[in-house]
Amino acid sequence: LTCLSFFLAGAGQDVGRSCILVSIAGKNVMLDCGMHMGYNDDRRFPDFSYITQNGRLTDFLDCVIISHFHLDHCGALPYFSEMVGYDGPIYMTHPTKAICPILLEDYRKITVDKKGETNFFTSQMIKDCMKKVVAVHLHQTVQVDEELEIKAYYAGHVLGAAMFQIKVGCESVVYTGDYNMTPDRHLGAAWIDKCRPDLLITESTYATTIRDSKRCRERDFLKKVHETVERGGKVLIPVFALGRAQELCILLETFWERMNLKAPIYFSTGLTEKANHYYKLFITWTNQKIRKTFVQRNMFEFKHIKAFDRAFADNPGPMVVFATPGMLHAGQSLQIFRKWAGNEKNMVIMPGYCVQGTVGHKILSGQRKLEMEGRQILEVKMQVEYMSFSAHADAKGIMQLIRQAEPRNVLLVHGEAKKMEFLKQKIEQEFHVNCYMPANGETTTIFTNPSIPVDISLGLLKRETAIGLLPDAKKPKLMHGTLMMKDNSFRLVSPEQALKELGLTEHQLRFTCRVHIQDPRKEHETVLRVYNHLKGVLKDYSVQHLPDGSITVESILIQATAHSEDQGTKVLLVSWTYQDEELGSYLTSLLKKGLPQSTA
Amino acid sequence: FIQYCLSGHPTLPCNVLKFKSTTIMLDCGLDMTSTLNFLPLPLVQSPRLSKLPGWVLKDGSTFLDKELKECSGRVFVDSVPEFCLPETELLDLSTVDVILISNYHCMMALPYITENTGFTGTVYATEPTVQIGRLLMEELVNFIERVPKAQSASMWKNKEVQRLLPAPLKDAVEVSMWRKCYTMPEVNAALSKIQLVGYSQKIELFGAVQVTPLSSGYALGSSNWIIQSHYEKVSYVSGSSLLTTHPQPMDQTSLKNSDVLILTGLTQIPTANPDGMVGEFCSNLAMTVRNGGNVLVPCYPSGVIYDLLECLYQYIDSAGLSSVPFYFISPVANSSLEFSQIFAEWLCHNKQTKVYLPEPPFPHAELIQTNKLKHYPSIHGDFSNDFKQPCVVFTGHPSLRFGDVVHFMELWGKSSLNTVIFTEPDFSYLDALAPYQPLAMKCVYCPIDTRLNFIQVSKLLKEVQPLHVVCPEQYTQPPPTQSHRTDLMIDCQPPPMSYRRAEVLTLPYKRRYEKIEIMPDLADSLVPLEIKPGISLATVSAMLHTKDNKHVLQLPPKPPQPPTSKKRKRVSDDVPECKPLKPLLSGSIPVDQFVQTLEKHGFSDVKVEDTAKGHIVLLQEAETLIQIEEDSTHIICDNDEPLRVKLRDLVLKFLQKF
Repeated sequence: LTCLSFFLAGAGQDVGRSCILVSIAGKNVMLDCGMHMGYNDDRRFPDFSYITQNGRLTDFLDCVIISHFHLDHCGALPYFSEMVGYDGPIYMTHPTKAICPILLEDYRKITVDKKGETNFFTSQMIKDCMKKVVAVHLHQTVQVDEELEIKAYYAGHVLGAAMFQIKVGCESVVYTGDYNMTPDRHLGAAWIDKCRPDLLITESTYATTIRDSKRCRERDFLKKVHETVERGGKVLIPVFALGRAQELCILLETFWERMNLKAPIYFSTGLTEKANHYYKLFITWTNQKIRKTFVQRNMFEFKHIKAFDRAFADNPGPMVVFATPGMLHAGQSLQIFRKWAGNEKNMVIMPGYCVQGTVGHKILSGQRKLEMEGRQILEVKMQVEYMSFSAHADAKGIMQLIRQAEPRNVLLVHGEAKKMEFLKQKIEQEFHVNCYMPANGETTTIFTNPSIPVDISLGLLKRETAIGLLPDAKKPKLMHGTLMMKDNSFRLVSPEQALKELGLTEHQLRFTCRVHIQDPRKEHETVLRVYNHLKGVLKDYSVQHLPDGSITVESILIQATAHSEDQGTKVLLVSWTYQDEELGSYLTSLLKKGLPQSTA
Repeated sequence: FIQYCLSGHPTLPCNVLKFKSTTIMLDCGLDMTSTLNFLPLPLVQSPRLSKLPGWVLKDGSTFLDKELKECSGRVFVDSVPEFCLPETELLDLSTVDVILISNYHCMMALPYITENTGFTGTVYATEPTVQIGRLLMEELVNFIERVPKAQSASMWKNKEVQRLLPAPLKDAVEVSMWRKCYTMPEVNAALSKIQLVGYSQKIELFGAVQVTPLSSGYALGSSNWIIQSHYEKVSYVSGSSLLTTHPQPMDQTSLKNSDVLILTGLTQIPTANPDGMVGEFCSNLAMTVRNGGNVLVPCYPSGVIYDLLECLYQYIDSAGLSSVPFYFISPVANSSLEFSQIFAEWLCHNKQTKVYLPEPPFPHAELIQTNKLKHYPSIHGDFSNDFKQPCVVFTGHPSLRFGDVVHFMELWGKSSLNTVIFTEPDFSYLDALAPYQPLAMKCVYCPIDTRLNFIQVSKLLKEVQPLHVVCPEQYTQPPPTQSHRTDLMIDCQPPPMSYRRAEVLTLPYKRRYEKIEIMPDLADSLVPLEIKPGISLATVSAMLHTKDNKHVLQLPPKPPQPPTSKKRKRVSDDVPECKPLKPLLSGSIPVDQFVQTLEKHGFSDVKVEDTAKGHIVLLQEAETLIQIEEDSTHIICDNDEPLRVKLRDLVLKFLQKF
């Protein structure tokens, strides 16, 4: 019996700051190392003291896995590796490895250069941290050490997002990171094989939502943008530079083309061009359609979408602006928002989830008077729209993934407690598996009961499959062997081989019983009667009458001698080995009943 | 296991492995050297080619003059070029379960294997292999189909006729097996059977075999394959390179501990150093252009061309060639250049790092941006407007029998200012040039073959130490033209097993174990006993289930409750089943202690007699004796079952069970 245990440093019953510690068969793996965007203090990073109280991170952890480049999954990585101190391997996919340092640097700039915070990680730390990263291919089995292996599966969600299988021996955990079970305009759907993990750790951002069809949401989005632009309003779409932004750009680009619209579309500069470059170079990670047509037309080269300049925000007339970051918590999107918020003709469309504490979350929950820095009150008159474009699996998608992977236990993370509770019940009802939803700082232990792989000697296996009376190989057969356990190797061999390998000899235990039979006939006639009798009774056994006058039933030997005193009594010596005890014992009791009279 | 060798070409292999009831085809290379026997297919009517005289037999008979033409003393077939297929008769192709592709050059026969043969299996290949393989096939089909040829010669193939022909036609092998090119629908159908895989991905086949592609360092997405069960490991090495060009480096360590290593795809030019050849390529190119001549580079649309363009990118400015136009002409030129930029994960470390910046990994992006390199689908259309001389043209096909290269050979062949530089090693350049003779153009032979040479192979074999090596027979002897070069063959111990076309090999292996799983409840029920320090034993009696080649041991079902009703009619119902089996016993019985035990259990009249080999213990009242020797115990009693069972249990206390 072994156990898996989990400790949630972040992401338990909460969105943001994903960080999960898994112990599986003696190996410790950290899944994601995210930051919380709703906090600006210590709480923004996961609490690693749970690990560090027992020594160095590098000694404790066998590896770190990052599922995708969103900061709530990788934002604390340089802090973790360079400031707390971790020198072991960090695994992520190639696109994540490419994009993650850029977002980290961007995050650092906003925090340190703009907000003037100190005691934060530096550019050099980001570089040093990335040197510890090992890039993995999809479906590649990465041998972290001799026992621990990991494997990435496509997760959709954002470019390079992956789910990871962590495996030690026959025990395994799958961590989904964030994923999307329906393909969108630029990415494909998450996929996993029937890998039957002991535990599936799944995000549950949209635990209770069954979203309407993507097409409807897209139509809705375009309609709102179109209406606002038509009446001369400005549309602000706060996005993260990579991910939803590209999907919405493709959507608007094709719409503008089709409707022949003239209002300008801008994309806040900096990351954008670079971001589109990444999409071009990692086109193999996008969806089927884009991959197929990229030689003729690269979907990430936009005709209608131009780079944004800060001064454009004050331009009169309609426009659409994509600006970062996505939750209106800092940077350009917040600046534009402050400029445009007072005009009811304008509109802000939040295309993704907003973490508690951010301006985005506040306006989505209906707040219309916001306290900004310096106690200034900002009145929001512009229209606020929420469109769920963020590519998380909804309840249906989560159930679908569970059906695909067939886990034995499910652990919900990255969601809100109330919604998770609902989903937990649903999962337990439908799949009859245990479902957990621990809070931050909580440890959950799950006991697994794996079957044990051993080496069976081919001789024994062939013997066992050969001696079956039925030639049907599919039918289960009883087999006997000796399991030899030496160091960590388990071998199942025939008892004879086990003895031989140990240098031991067999000790033969033999029994001989005397059975008296009343029979006045000559000895050989008695033997013949016994033979016929046994042959008649034991139809399925090999009964033989040997030339030397003895009888064998399988390996049991029967000999007859005359009684030394009474010629009318014959003595049958029945002799068998311990291995044939049942048959031997049965034969003596059978012979003791005497011979039937008719057999003469 | 058994290996069927369907191709004799060492770099275009096609082998089939029967391994644990799975039939696996390793590569399906297409031998295109057969096309060298055909006349080139000109894009534009060529007066020279159409005026070639028909071939006349020695006795003056002219019945072949429509099919065979003579050019500078060589005879060529005037027909649609044909390819030499792998053997299709050696085994039933519909029984092939999977095909493993190692690189895009080794899949060119795929449509012949998977279409119209009853093949229903799956093909495994990496994404770059499939994408670039598709481009190669598309180009080939395009080259052949855009010059429709009315005539299809077949008379010369008649065995009686072929005998009369001059060499090399006379000696051409398996001409009856030569086939015309496949069509695009066939290519698409074949490629649709491919399943994409990544390096180090473990793919389970029918629960019995696991196959894994490994980076081989030769081309984008090129792989070697590991084929293994729990106890046997076959490594299939095909087209590997240790040079640092653009692909991800070769994974050597995973080849270790192989029982059999099948070695194919070594360099075809073992005496040429690729780096030196690239240098020669550049200097010859520069010299020709400086003298006002044009350079023609017959090439495939992917592979070495990326490296050549990269060299030129670094070289042209210093060599003062920045104003010379470079043209890349192929129906798939654009696709090839675009595809090369999107396979970051399959590239060497340096190129990967560039993608992280993000910059295109290959500098030909910049050559295109700055208009130094232009690409066209063919010589027709835009190219004819843009065409400026002197220039450098990269175009196919390297056999010089079809494709736009035929046009440039006809166009530039008459001037000694021009140079054709051969870089692809697949075709003998002299044979390739034969139908263009007499030729004024300069010919430079700079074959660039980055695949393993014999020195690298022997180092590799020493490193990974396979138990047996299997290779094409060509590798077990020096090249026929250099018979003294005994260094140009594989040297290993034990000597390699060699194969040739249409041969069936039985590969040596010795397997002693198989994997079996013990279910948890059964494992819990086992009682291990430490027999020697560090070694524990447990006897196992369990149900063996075998399904999908996997074995599982479960707790045996509980013995059925004895039926309460007395329905038994026949005596034989009472006959015991001969199971469960009793374990073997080992150990010896110390007589003194045994006697003490007997006495403790109420036998008061125990008498011990010594014998030659041991002792006899007598229980006088019960008329029972027990012979005890070193390796055996014999209990002889009258028919008193309870007594026998009691004595048995006392004896067993002293013995170990197995």
